[in-house]
Amino acid sequence: MKEQVSPQFLDRRSYRRKRLIDAARLLPLFGAVLIFQPIPLLFIPSGGGAVTLAVYLFVLWLGLIVSAFLLARRLGRNAAAD
Amino acid sequence: MLSFNILVLVATLYVGLLFGVAWAADRRARRGQLGWMRSPVVYTLSLSIYTTAWTFYGAVGSAVRNGFEFLAIYLGPTLVFVGWWWLLRKLVRVGRSQRITSIADLLSSRYGKSAMLAVIVTLLAVVASTPYIALQLQSVARSFSAFASRGGTGIDPPDVNVTAFWLAVGLAVFTILFGTRSIDVNERHHGVVTAVAVEAVVKLVALLTVGIFVVWGIAGGAGDILQRISAADLNTASASGNRWVALTFLSATAIICLPRMFQVTVVENSDERHLETASWAFPLYLFLMSLFVLPIAVVGLAELPAGSNPDLFVLTLPIAHKQEALAMLVFLGGFSSATSMVIVAAIALSTMVSNHIVMPLWLRMRRPTAEISGDVRDVLIRSRRLSIAAILALGYGYFRFTGGSEALASIGLIAFTGVAQMLPVLVGGLFWRGATRRGAIVGLLAGFAVWAYTLFLPSFEGSWLMSADTIANGPWGIALLRPQGLLGIMGVDPLVHALVWSMGVNTVLFILVSLVSFPSPLERMQGVQFVNVFEHSSGQGPKGNVAVEADDLLVMAQRIMGNVTALRLFREVAREQGKGDGLPDPTPEFVDRLERELSGTVGAATAHAMIGQITGGTTISVEDLIAVADEAAQIMEHSAQLEAKSRELARTARQLQVANEKLRELSIQKDSFLSQISHELRTPMTSIRSFAEILRDSRDLSDEQMRRYSGIILDESIRLTRLLDEILDLSVLENGQVTLERATGRLSEVIDKAISATVIPGQDARLKINVSEEADKIEITTDLDRLAQVFINLVSNARKYCDARDPRLQIRVGRDEDRIVIDFIDNGSGIPERHREIVFEKFSRLSDASAAGSAGLGLAISREIMRNLGGRIEYLPGQGGAAFRVTVPVSPPEPSHGVN
Repeated sequence: MKEQVSPQFLDRRSYRRKRLIDAARLLPLFGAVLIFQPIPLLFIPSGGGAVTLAVYLFVLWLGLIVSAFLLARRLGRNAAAD
Repeated sequence: MLSFNILVLVATLYVGLLFGVAWAADRRARRGQLGWMRSPVVYTLSLSIYTTAWTFYGAVGSAVRNGFEFLAIYLGPTLVFVGWWWLLRKLVRVGRSQRITSIADLLSSRYGKSAMLAVIVTLLAVVASTPYIALQLQSVARSFSAFASRGGTGIDPPDVNVTAFWLAVGLAVFTILFGTRSIDVNERHHGVVTAVAVEAVVKLVALLTVGIFVVWGIAGGAGDILQRISAADLNTASASGNRWVALTFLSATAIICLPRMFQVTVVENSDERHLETASWAFPLYLFLMSLFVLPIAVVGLAELPAGSNPDLFVLTLPIAHKQEALAMLVFLGGFSSATSMVIVAAIALSTMVSNHIVMPLWLRMRRPTAEISGDVRDVLIRSRRLSIAAILALGYGYFRFTGGSEALASIGLIAFTGVAQMLPVLVGGLFWRGATRRGAIVGLLAGFAVWAYTLFLPSFEGSWLMSADTIANGPWGIALLRPQGLLGIMGVDPLVHALVWSMGVNTVLFILVSLVSFPSPLERMQGVQFVNVFEHSSGQGPKGNVAVEADDLLVMAQRIMGNVTALRLFREVAREQGKGDGLPDPTPEFVDRLERELSGTVGAATAHAMIGQITGGTTISVEDLIAVADEAAQIMEHSAQLEAKSRELARTARQLQVANEKLRELSIQKDSFLSQISHELRTPMTSIRSFAEILRDSRDLSDEQMRRYSGIILDESIRLTRLLDEILDLSVLENGQVTLERATGRLSEVIDKAISATVIPGQDARLKINVSEEADKIEITTDLDRLAQVFINLVSNARKYCDARDPRLQIRVGRDEDRIVIDFIDNGSGIPERHREIVFEKFSRLSDASAAGSAGLGLAISREIMRNLGGRIEYLPGQGGAAFRVTVPVSPPEPSHGVN
């Protein structure tokens, strides 16, 4: 494989795009960690009631969806501007 | 009350509506008017076949039994879609660039087009999907009977088996009608996808409506529901621990590996950017689908009589509250979930079965007479249809066999674990170039075997293949081999146990075998194509398969076939299509035909690749490239052969030219020879004739005169005879017909003989001849008389032409290893350089003055003699006078030489 020479400094938009991709990659990892529930386990010793748990999970879920929406929109717009 | 008949009627009408939608969508697609059918919304909705009847009905049941567990089934796919940049993006790109038709095709293609891998994956998929299909039949059949038993209209609840049977038949018909209409290169089914999208809306609306009815109709709003949830004894521990993690992982895996999910996510994808929308919209869909699961579960537990099947709460709650219309909507929602899943699964599985099992077998069976493309197409469609029927029959058979006794969720999870076995091979194939075919096969088979042993067979609870005793105590009582407690690990949830073991064994073997085995060249090339797919393909979506521009095709065809031929073809097709003078529509038939025509010019593979570039927008696969390379190699070989032939021809032509040149020279020589001969013969003949006339006509001749004239006639006749002799001699020598008489003698004797022969009696021998003494010592074996003839010629030439006042001839003799060299050097003025070659030609005389009695054949004859003797004679320049060198071999030439 030929070694690709990539520029060391990207212009602002390319830089922004790379960070957006980083965020898109990190989002599921972040989500996975939270789904496996460190926060209820750590901070609510009894494990919390069913309502707390349900609210936690659904809010987390919605948060993931909104983040994905924002990222996808910005990535799409960014790609279209290229 | 809803009567059962109305239920059947509504269901039938609904199915009719779906038929209509699918038919209209197919028609639009074939006319190239894709429009909204290729929108990201339809794509996202088609993904909803993930939520089958299992989740539609079973989620509430799962919530009742296991608390939060049902959420894991949705959270896994959410993570996968939110993280689309990792895997789905690559998967879709690979699927498009390699023209992938199924997950079996993907894996087989990645691992060097391995047919065996494709068969394994197909079988695995069929085995894992059959229970799942049975599950759908079961849930629809149950919802029917739930209706009927509550209907109280006097009609007996229909037999569940009968309902399931007719459902299976109906689904098979629908799938065959819309799933096998066209065998498209891209395997896209616009009609089916559109119908599935409609069903997705129906089931979402149904579930949301029930949820709203339950929260605000039955319970007292959100606050009340939250109170009820916290009051209900829900299992909160289910949302943590290894089963929670395992289920999240399983569902995440399933959304990638389930054949039907692969079908809608990758194969039916028409634009990569749709993934961007689906990345949040599909999780949102799942979110909405599960939002009301907990409320329905807690309300159902509270409102419905104890012992009600929680799997049917969604349906039984509205029925219990006399909400017929709502119940009907729910029924349709559940019906939609089941049918869309079964249809897409059947399409995906039938594609795999017919492409990877039926067709290879069929082609192998009739290999000698294959090659009929239309025939193959028919067979392909027929095998798809049979496969669909067979898959649904299998599902129905499984349903009858298990008797529909199990809880819905467990069947679904067993299937998930089965298809999850493809994940290591799939992910490894996409991200690791070192993954090999052997590794993939070993890993898959091992994982599959462990899955079957630890989860699938025990799920029959001892009624099939594996006895209850084996499940409890291990085969032959070996506790270490207990299916649900391998190596004595007990007390673990059977699903987690099976998942960890099967995936662990699968992954480890896959990696180990890959590390130690060596991939074939094709595998390695495909590996690069897959792993580095973003470097090898562009992200631009195609312009759509059907919407090919006829002018694009025309431009390409003109470039290859030439203007006239291409235009003629296009006009012909346009007339056939009834379009008069315009360009023809790029129908599949036309594109096929064009490809055939082009392949006549550039080869099949190249033509396919070129047409594919325009119509499919896909990149060329390695297989295509190899085929193109083959054709190119053939063409190169042909051209090399042609080149060699033309070189040969050129050589022959050159040889012919040389021969021709020689012939012409010879002809010129002959002509001049003839004219010279006639000239030479004419001179003596003229004098003979004139003196003969004088003798005849003059009467007063004195005796003296008569004697003189007769003497002249005699002399001229002798000269004539000698000339003819010489010519004959030369001709014999030149033709090589001379017979050499070999003898051994001393060279000095030959020279002496020659000298004495040149002395004309009565003439003054002015020439002084000096022979070197070495001639005495040299013995020579050759035709001595002929050699003497050459010497005589040279000596008499010296006598005749040496113009020195005191003429002298030096004869020097020398000897090499195998040759004798005799030089004849006189002290005359020699021969000018420009005449040195000519003297050896026939009839060449440098000056007529001294040519008395010579025809100019002497040196020519000498040269021929020497040639026959295996030696040569040449002029020796720079010796002060005329000098000739005669070279003779010591030993005689081969006898054959004389013959030639």
